[in-house]
Order: sequence, then C-alpha cells, then structure tokens
Amino acid sequence: MATVTFEHVTKKYGDVLAVNDLNLEIRDGEFMVLVGPSGCGKTTSLRMIAGLEEISDGTLRIGDRVVNDVAPKDRDIAMVFQSYALYPHMTVRDNLAFGLKLRKVPKADIEKRVQEAAGILDLGRLLARKPKELSGGQRQRVALGRAIVREPAVFLMDEPLSNLDAKLRVQTRAEIARLHQRLKTTIVYVTHDQVEAMTMGTRIAVMSEGLLQQVGTPQELYDMPVNRFVAGFIGSPAMNFLDVTVTSGPDGPTLVANDVTIPVPPRFRQMVGDAAGRHYIAGIRPEHLDIGQATSDDASMTATADVVEYLGNEELLHLTAAGQDIVAIVDAENRVTPGDKLSMVIPLDKVQLFDPESGLQLGAQRTAVAAA
Amino acid sequence: MDPRIGTALIVLVGVPAVLIGYIYGTELLLRTLPERLKPKVRPWLWLLPALAFLFVFLIYPTIGTIIRSFRDKLDESFVGFANYQQFASSDVTLTALRNNILWVIFLTLFCVGVGMLIAILVDRVRYESFAKGVIFLPLAISAVAAGVIWKFMFDYQPPGQPQTGTMNAFIGLLGVAPVPWLQNDTLALNTFALIGVMAWMWTGFAMVIISASLKSISAELLEAARVDGANEWQVFRGIVFPLLLPTIAVVSTTMIITALKAFDVVYTMTGGNFNTDVVANLMYKQISFGDFGFASAIAVVLLLAIIPIMLVNVRRFQAQEAIR
Repeated sequence: MATVTFEHVTKKYGDVLAVNDLNLEIRDGEFMVLVGPSGCGKTTSLRMIAGLEEISDGTLRIGDRVVNDVAPKDRDIAMVFQSYALYPHMTVRDNLAFGLKLRKVPKADIEKRVQEAAGILDLGRLLARKPKELSGGQRQRVALGRAIVREPAVFLMDEPLSNLDAKLRVQTRAEIARLHQRLKTTIVYVTHDQVEAMTMGTRIAVMSEGLLQQVGTPQELYDMPVNRFVAGFIGSPAMNFLDVTVTSGPDGPTLVANDVTIPVPPRFRQMVGDAAGRHYIAGIRPEHLDIGQATSDDASMTATADVVEYLGNEELLHLTAAGQDIVAIVDAENRVTPGDKLSMVIPLDKVQLFDPESGLQLGAQRTAVAAA
Repeated sequence: MDPRIGTALIVLVGVPAVLIGYIYGTELLLRTLPERLKPKVRPWLWLLPALAFLFVFLIYPTIGTIIRSFRDKLDESFVGFANYQQFASSDVTLTALRNNILWVIFLTLFCVGVGMLIAILVDRVRYESFAKGVIFLPLAISAVAAGVIWKFMFDYQPPGQPQTGTMNAFIGLLGVAPVPWLQNDTLALNTFALIGVMAWMWTGFAMVIISASLKSISAELLEAARVDGANEWQVFRGIVFPLLLPTIAVVSTTMIITALKAFDVVYTMTGGNFNTDVVANLMYKQISFGDFGFASAIAVVLLLAIIPIMLVNVRRFQAQEAIR
C-alpha cells in the first residue's frame, strides 16, 4: 500500500501540453478517480504512474520513493488496461501467474494466489481456457485477477469498464468497489464517465485540457463545483446554465434573465453586492427544479414543455424558459404533456453562480483550482 | 504481314471470347436445371476451366513423371526401382543430398533468425520503411542475375595477382591471403558461400512477413508485460516470440521449400562442381544427359521431400485463418 504524489508534473508531446503542472496527492488506500473528457490528460497521468510515459517535468512519488526514472517492472504497481491486454497465447491460469513467475515466486505460492484470485473473481472454471474462449465480462475479470495476484502497492485502472455492455458495467462497477473495500489497496481509476466516478471514487480529480480542475469527494464536487466545467461535467443530466444580469429591485438586487427574476441567494449576497448590470451565469441542476408555487425561500419561473421523456418513476422535461433551454426532472405523477405551461420552483439554496469570464464559482476556494 | 500478328490477334480476342462464351453458356445451361440444383452445380461449372488447366499442366505431368521414374533412359521399358537404387547409391547424388540438407538447415535458420532480428530492430527506428526496402530489394533481382553478381564478388585470383573479386580484395586490404570461395570445399565452404547468396536474397522476404506479424501485436500487450514485471528480454521470450511463432512456422516452411528447390544460384555460380551440387541441379543435368528415367526419379524424390512440409504449411495457414 502506498500514496502516489504528483508534484508539478508536466507531460509534453512536442509543443502539446498533455498534462500541465499537475499537483495531486493520492492517499494510501484511497480510490481515486481521474475523470474528464477525452484528451484531458487523465490517461497520460495514469500512464506516468505506471512508468509507460516519461515525465517531462516535475516529481512523481510512489510512497516516499521518487519514481521518475524507475522502470515499470520495479514500481510495484499493477495495471488493468482498457483492452484488457490478456496474453492471447496463455491460459487464464498462465495469464494470472505470469507476473508471479517473473518474480520467481515459489510454485506452491503462485498456485495459492491464483486460486485465491480465481475464487474472488469467480474464475475457477475458466482457468484452463484461453482468452479468446471467454466472454467480454470474463476477460475483464481475468484482467482484474492478473492485477490482484500481484498484490501490488497501487492498482491502476484505465477505463476498465468501457468495453462492457450497460448491464455488466453496473454489475462490475459494484464488484470493483467491493474489491477495493476488501483489499484496501490504493486504486487510481481513469474514466470519462462521471457516473462511474461518482459511484466508485473515494475522491475524484476532474481534469480538462491537461489541467486539474478540482479534487474532492463526490459530494463536494456535486454540491460545490469550483467552476462551470466541473458543474457541467458532474451530474446527469447536466446542470442548467442561465445567463443572468444583476438588477436592483425593491427587495434588494435580483438576477434577471428575460421574464425570469431570481432573488440573489443569501450566500452570494455579499459577493454580488450592488453591482447592477453585471452579468453572471446561474446554475441549477435538473433534479432541483420542481413543478409548483414558490414559497418565500424560493424563486419561480414559467416554462413551456417542449419534449417529455417518461422514465417510469420520473419524467425528464425539456423546457423553454427565459428564452433558453432548460432540463428538469420531476415526479412522473405530474403527467406533463408537450405544450403545457408550467410554473417551476427554483430552490434558492441550490442555485450556483459563476463568473462568465473565468468560469469560477463565486466564493469557490481558489486553492482547489489549478492555476488556469 | 507477319503471320504472328494474326496469331496474336486471335489470342488477344479469342481467349477472352472463349471464356465469356463459356460463362454465358454455363448460365444458359443452368437455366434448364431445377432451382434446387443450381447453387450446387454453379460453383463447379465456374471452377471447371481452372481445374482443367490444373489437371493438364500439373497433375498429368506429375503422374507422367512418376511413371517415367520407373522406366529406363529412353523410356522404352520398365526397370523397377533401378533409378531409385542409383539415386541412393551414387556418390554424386549423396553429395547433392547432403548439400540440400545443409541448404535446408542453414538457409532457413539464417533467413528466419536474421529476418526476425532485423524486423525487431527496424521496428524501433524512424527510417524503418527505408531500411526494410533496402533489405527487401535483392528479392526483386532474378536469382540468375544474383548468381552472376556474386560470382564476380567471390572471384579468385592466385596470390600476387590483383584481386578483382570484392571479397578477396577486401580481405586483402586486411592482409589476409585470397580465398577460393567457390572452389574450396573444405567444411563445405563453397556451399556455404552459395547459401549466403540465397540468404542475401531471401532474408528480406522473411523480415517483411515477420515484421507485419510483429506490427499486429498490440502495444498494450507489451506494456502489460512490462508492468507485470518483465524486462525487455522477458517481454520478447514470454510474449512477442510465442505470438510470432505461427508466422515463423509459415516463413520457415517457405524457406525449407526454397532451399529444397535451390537451383539457379548453384547453376550460375559453380554449375554444381567442387562438391556444391544440389538435387535440382542434378536433375537438370540428367535431363541434358538424356537420362529421363533417372531425372524423373530425382524429381519424385524432391517432390516427396516437399509434400510433408507443404502439408504443414497448409495446415498452419488454415489454423491461422480459423483464429481470425
């Protein structure tokens, strides 16, 4: 078990900055998810931990040891690849044992550890088969097994679920989470899927364009995204953004977008102040909108339903309000039909405010943000 | 007008016309058949011309050769196994047989070994396609031309004379006495010189095929092995080499067949003299001596030696196709 520490780590391909001044400490035993859209530098960061990519600048530590120039085989890590990368000419048993044989682990010990891993991952019946005789889900478990038998200090996983169908993905997600609880080994997990990140991560590091945007627990990222990118990336469907202008009203400053007026939420009042005419972007998550009449703590807006997606327990509404597209999730019992005029409640304590230029959330801790 | 122009015109127009007419005719014929039979009959009708050519130009002569091998010099009477007995008892044929065994072992080992080495080395450099092109180039030269080129390269003049052969001129620069490369059969030196020429031609072939197979191995597999704790040699031993094996088997069998058929280089460079003869050249010589019975027996021996290797090759190929 070990920590993994990035100190000002940079990766350049020619003139292209794949990872830009990354500072991140992955704690011992933590399940750290690196998440972001493709090309954000998450996989490059993972491969730098593995030693498969050279580090252009900065220091990378595993435990207390600087590993910048240590070969992959000497880093005490195990990796699960997106394509699984099972050795096609070996049986499942030999795939699992390969790393142990190289380390000259005694035969009896190898057999014990292979059996143990096979037990955990339900591979017992498959040990004599070759990879091409396995289904996608089984191959995925063998890839996990190959990492487990090594008993490494750190597990690295590169989008291990992306080749599975939706149902198997949900199942394996839970399996990996269970595995982590059992082994308590540090896991660094790369994905572009924010649902995987939210459900599995102890902490999540959101990256974009080579820059670390925010690190935090799933709840921190959901409740208090530091900027518009994180706010839009975490949560599904994505957060709604409304262009608003500060306007002075009888009860103090309000945020106005066309016919929609939202009082400045109490926690932002001091920061917004009296700056009438200033533009902001107001963020509100679809699941926080509801049909009904506003009480004194909320705001409301009228909206027209364009498309209604019925999901059984709830309905996904595509609305037009204040001349902009808004998505809301409401109880299915509302039975909205397209064309309905609705009064939507906006709970003020859930509204987030972003600066339109920097994209930063008002009052977000600057320390949590990478130098942009 | 040259009458050959008329012949050429008939061939140019006539052959395609006959083929098109044949296909048209078969389709007409098929129309008269019940619907159920059509899919069964049609492939055979389409294959028939090719099968006919195969029979006339391959199977019929093979059978003819086998029969000939049991007959006398002038094809007048059956002599039983006499030709084969001659093959098994004469020093000339046994030397040729020994040389062919040397060819099979060393040509194959060299081409596959060095071809694989080069394939792996050029995989890591930027001028890969250029290097591969240069090494592959000799295969584009006809074996006869290669033989003539290398005959000059191996040329020998007695010590004291100016050495016009490249090899002897070169070792002369290092102060070594000239070597009669193609005449000296101590430790089969001259046979190895001939094998070297063929290896110069065919190493590029082995390299190109092995290189293609090497490229099909996913980089993630090698990375997985490195993360698993393998050093570069262990990655090669444990992952790359086993995955190349089917290809190496195919290339090896091709090289074995090439070695068994070796003829042009020997014919042009030594004519089989100085104990460098090989079976194919021996066969050719028997034909020019007019001993068709003995020549046929040699051809049959060569065929029998090649068939099992051919079978292995076909099996391998089918197995590989099945994996895809």
